[in-house]
Amino acid sequence: MTDAAAVARRWRHLDKSVFVWLLLIALLLVLVINPLARLLWASFQHPETGAFTLENYAAAYGRWRYIEALINSLVVGLAAAVLCIVFGVPMAWAVSRTDMPGKGLVWAAVLGTFIMPNYLGAVAWILMAGPNAGRLNRAYSALTGAAAGPFNVYSMTGLVLVIACYSFPYMFVFTRSALDLISSEMEDAASTLGAGALRTTLRVTLPLALPAIMGAFIVEFLEAIALFGAPALIALPARFQVMTTMLWQMFEFPPRVQVAAAYSMPLLLITVFLFWLQYRLIARKGYVALTGKGGERRLVRLGPWRWVLLGYCLFVTSLSFFLPMLVVLQAAFARAWGRGFSLDNLTLRNIRFVLIDQPATRTATPNTFVYAAAASLIALGLALAIAYIVARRLVPFGRALTYVAMAPFVIPGIVLAIGFYAAYTSKPLVLYGTAWILILAFATRFLPIAYTNSDAALRSINPELEDAARILGGGRLLALRRVVGPLLRRGLAGAFILVFIPATRELSSAIFLYTTGTQVLSVLLFDKSDEGNFEVLSSMGLILVVVTVVLVLIGFRVVGRDFLLRRTAT
Amino acid sequence: MSRRFDAVTAVDRFSLTLAPGEFVSLLGPSGCGKTTTLRMIAGFLTPSEGTIEMDGRLISSPASTLPPEKRGMSMIFQSYAIWPNMTVEENVAFGLEVRRLPKSEIAIKVQRILDVVQMRHLGGRYPQELSGGQQQRVALARAIVVQPTVLLLDEPLSNLDANLREEMRYEIRRLHDEFQITTVYVTHDQAEAMVTSDRIAVMNQGRVEQVDEPRALYARPRTRFVAGFIGRTNLLDGLVRGAEVAFDHFAIPRRRFPEAEALDGQVSFSLRPQSILLHRQPPPASEGAAVIAGQVVQRAYLGEHWDYTVRPVGGALALRVTARPHEVFEMDEKVWLELDPRQMARLQPE
Repeated sequence: MTDAAAVARRWRHLDKSVFVWLLLIALLLVLVINPLARLLWASFQHPETGAFTLENYAAAYGRWRYIEALINSLVVGLAAAVLCIVFGVPMAWAVSRTDMPGKGLVWAAVLGTFIMPNYLGAVAWILMAGPNAGRLNRAYSALTGAAAGPFNVYSMTGLVLVIACYSFPYMFVFTRSALDLISSEMEDAASTLGAGALRTTLRVTLPLALPAIMGAFIVEFLEAIALFGAPALIALPARFQVMTTMLWQMFEFPPRVQVAAAYSMPLLLITVFLFWLQYRLIARKGYVALTGKGGERRLVRLGPWRWVLLGYCLFVTSLSFFLPMLVVLQAAFARAWGRGFSLDNLTLRNIRFVLIDQPATRTATPNTFVYAAAASLIALGLALAIAYIVARRLVPFGRALTYVAMAPFVIPGIVLAIGFYAAYTSKPLVLYGTAWILILAFATRFLPIAYTNSDAALRSINPELEDAARILGGGRLLALRRVVGPLLRRGLAGAFILVFIPATRELSSAIFLYTTGTQVLSVLLFDKSDEGNFEVLSSMGLILVVVTVVLVLIGFRVVGRDFLLRRTAT
Repeated sequence: MSRRFDAVTAVDRFSLTLAPGEFVSLLGPSGCGKTTTLRMIAGFLTPSEGTIEMDGRLISSPASTLPPEKRGMSMIFQSYAIWPNMTVEENVAFGLEVRRLPKSEIAIKVQRILDVVQMRHLGGRYPQELSGGQQQRVALARAIVVQPTVLLLDEPLSNLDANLREEMRYEIRRLHDEFQITTVYVTHDQAEAMVTSDRIAVMNQGRVEQVDEPRALYARPRTRFVAGFIGRTNLLDGLVRGAEVAFDHFAIPRRRFPEAEALDGQVSFSLRPQSILLHRQPPPASEGAAVIAGQVVQRAYLGEHWDYTVRPVGGALALRVTARPHEVFEMDEKVWLELDPRQMARLQPE
């Protein structure tokens, strides 16, 4: 056979869809690898000459206030994570293993907490526990006759509390799914040996859930140190800094990208290391109870204690959801929030102002949802394609693609934003100043959520369904369109919502990448916070919450009740 | 051809030629490489070594593989792979639509094939509304309607219950007789293979042990594996010593074996349980058979027959013997075994 004929045959035999896969892989490089590489490179680059230097690191760690911010971040992170255990674990145990009444209410409140953006929570807590004017302080004064209340949200303690309030749902979900998998037989085995209910819980049940709790602890810690909104709203007025607020200040004009890149390295490294640790914890095989089937489960009878436990659950969710929601609602519909709950204080003026009158929100509101939708579609399309390539082994280095797609999971949003800034403000690809940099940054940031969901949806489809289409003469793309696509629809609807919701409220990456005309609601809300117009802030937050709630309800209908707080995040 | 997955050789120098219209089964235990072989034939996998040709055209080689959709084959999967988002008719019509047949012709062909598999009345149903057997029929219709060059079946009956499985074996053979499609059928169930196939290729650890017609495979297994895998058997190891072949505590004159001259050194035979006769008294000496004394050490009544285990006197070997229901022997009873060397299939040395 001649060479030409051999080449012709190879071409004829080649699966042409391979070009589509290569294109998608290139896109993945643009979204994930390039920003990270440029971030790393920028941290070693001289701001003017572009030559290799260590000066940025010297600048980033040469001053005590920079180091102090780093220490503050670690302290806040640890304290918040501990508080999350205090909040989340008893609630998870109560809902999963006991006969506590009102589980539905507790569950709904946790969901409500999850839906509230942390910066809105921070605004609510400022209304509640601001010195003097805060509602809790005034209630305290009214009750005791004291001149001033004891609460001050503008403190390290206040920040820790607010962060814990809005991240404990992870702890709750992680712990609960672990507890749900522990068979009652494990507990029965301890009981038959003479252990009482308390001893059984402490010695058997909770230790079995320990890897999950530890894993959640790490996630909470990382959430806390990567957070931007709540710290910026609370720490800055309280006159202390954390890493993320410091990074933000480095971006005040003129932006010192190189120093910021160097300064963000520890955040990145800590995150990568701890996620690796968390992965190892969860993956430990010794805890068979967490990998096997659940087996039969019975609820622990608590007697009168079940009311105590319910009281505790309601106390925690009051801090995180009921009270904050109440003050936000009040402020959003009040002429002046300080005048309290009365009919003559009610108005739709704020909502109207936000939706219609204010030019900034008139652009920010559509921006928010259009960007979020575009980012979700891109993330989902890419994630699905990558998951497919990996699952079907269409390219030889598939596992590596999984890691790349999942990598943003371990990149704090703020670090990712700096990477995007470093990569796409200069040639060859200038995206800064356009909506695309926000859309692509959002898409990258939530790519892991899209990936885990796409992967799960894809795995639920037997590959033979696709093989059957191919052997009957349909090409791969036809098989995707006629068979795989229609079957994925439901799963992807859920995944879309799961990406869309965080994308509508994303602040930490948006704050670095927006320009005039590409503001989104979260950025605007943050920008307006120093004007002290809490009625308008609350209205904007409320719009986000309402849209989210509508989406969640749609999700319930389309995908099923547990889609939102499923443990697919890891 | 061969196929390796990393260090594991799933298929090891497999070689087979199918005649047009022939029905061949790949039979073997799970993990023997039969499904891998089938997927190579289908074009889902590329061989690591060797080639596949169809009608003189090279369709698979390590360098390049014609994609499955260009082979004109069809396949029936273990899960049936009926698309849940399409009705029965849409499922069956898919292959015809891909082939760009006119709509009217598609409709006619679909109805005709649904008639053949007795599914016409359920054409508008979705797969979730069908029983396992009905889904199986849809899969058959969908695969046959395109008149494939080769029909591939991958354990198609393993998800059905026993009765239905038996019925479908005959159904598959009936359809083959009607359409005469060249067929490769993968199964681990010997009865399935024997009912459906013209020839059976018995596979073990990636290799083909023997390819033969069902009767020959049973009567004349060539390897220990085939003898043990197809039906039950007794394996007898002997040593040729002069005019005798010596077994464990008994011997049979060499001349009584067919091809007696070829026997030499260590020899092994397979002897089916129903080829051994049991007697209470020593049977009259006959020219062909050998008679040895033994003792019943285990027995079970299975309704259709007796299953005895008999140990020749002094030996360690236990022979399985199948006897008719009225041939009752007690435990520990002394019996005479009548072995016919002509029924003993010589096995290849390991």
